[in-house]
Amino acid sequence: MASFIERLFGKSTSSAVQAKDRLHLVLVHDRTDLSADDMQSLKDRLIEVISDFVDINPAETEIQIQAEGRQQTLIANIPLRSPRLRHR
Amino acid sequence: MNARVVTITSGKGGVGKTTTTANLGMALASLDKHVVCIDTDIGLRNLDVVMGLENRIVYDLVDAIEGRCRLTQAMIRDRRYSNLYLIPAAQTRDKSAISPSDLVRLCNELRKEMDYILIDCPAGIERGFRNALAPSDEVLVVTNPEVSSVRDADRIIGLVEAEEKGPVKLIINRINNGMVKRGDMLSPSDVIELLAIPLIGIVPEDESVLVSTNHGQPVVLNEKSKAGLAFNNIAKRMMGEEVPWIELDDKSGWLARLGKLFAGGG
Repeated sequence: MASFIERLFGKSTSSAVQAKDRLHLVLVHDRTDLSADDMQSLKDRLIEVISDFVDINPAETEIQIQAEGRQQTLIANIPLRSPRLRHR
Repeated sequence: MNARVVTITSGKGGVGKTTTTANLGMALASLDKHVVCIDTDIGLRNLDVVMGLENRIVYDLVDAIEGRCRLTQAMIRDRRYSNLYLIPAAQTRDKSAISPSDLVRLCNELRKEMDYILIDCPAGIERGFRNALAPSDEVLVVTNPEVSSVRDADRIIGLVEAEEKGPVKLIINRINNGMVKRGDMLSPSDVIELLAIPLIGIVPEDESVLVSTNHGQPVVLNEKSKAGLAFNNIAKRMMGEEVPWIELDDKSGWLARLGKLFAGGG
């Protein structure tokens, strides 16, 4: 994450920082065995199911895999539309 | 005696598994432990030359497993330490010549006589890896601070965990501190953060490793070598000793960060 902050402030990224960032992404996918396509269909179906119960905006829905140590967690961030908007 | 079986693995080839096995075997023997090193890389025998014992092979691992000799006949006794042995790999066969249960049986026979059984695992994740993992009580994963070997190490750690083997500990081999300082090499704390397993040793890149291997003398025998010192420290940590981490003439602060990552750890 330090590397992300460094980039935000325009510091040039060293090759070690690049290696670490790239490995971060590669390892997440290696460990879960989920391709980018799989992630997209997971997201689409999640939106479909949740929409049956509550009103959500598919464009604002985010899902990602986060690593905490060797434990991987699927994080979904799904903002609900306010009921007032729905009735308009 | 009831030996601890330690498998040394990495996934990727060429990161220093065999060098690590030879040096840890020699270091543990110098600390008065009874040690046998087993080369399970059948068809690509190498531990014998790294240990300098290549001229004394009569029988090998496959001979012992297939009953062409007694187990003790396949054990080459080191001349420098009489409590150190090597069981060499067969050179004219392949990995399918032995099975995981063969190696479990062989190790069980050796456990009574030894303190440590070190298994040098072949590269890859197939049969040879399964063989080497089957009898293990502890797994040491060797990695270099570069992308391909870290990725393969992660894969191996996942497979070891799936087999419910372990504990798994990490050896980071060939750290070049100048490059780490310049930001051109993953630091030990980067690698630990990515792989998220406990560290047991950091070995600096050191020309004396190649020179001593040329002589058939593992580098732990060279008291002036930093890599030799690092391998000796790993051996002591394997025995449960708390050994301070070498600073590797680097003040870039990775050691402090390491402390934070493993607060309370050795």
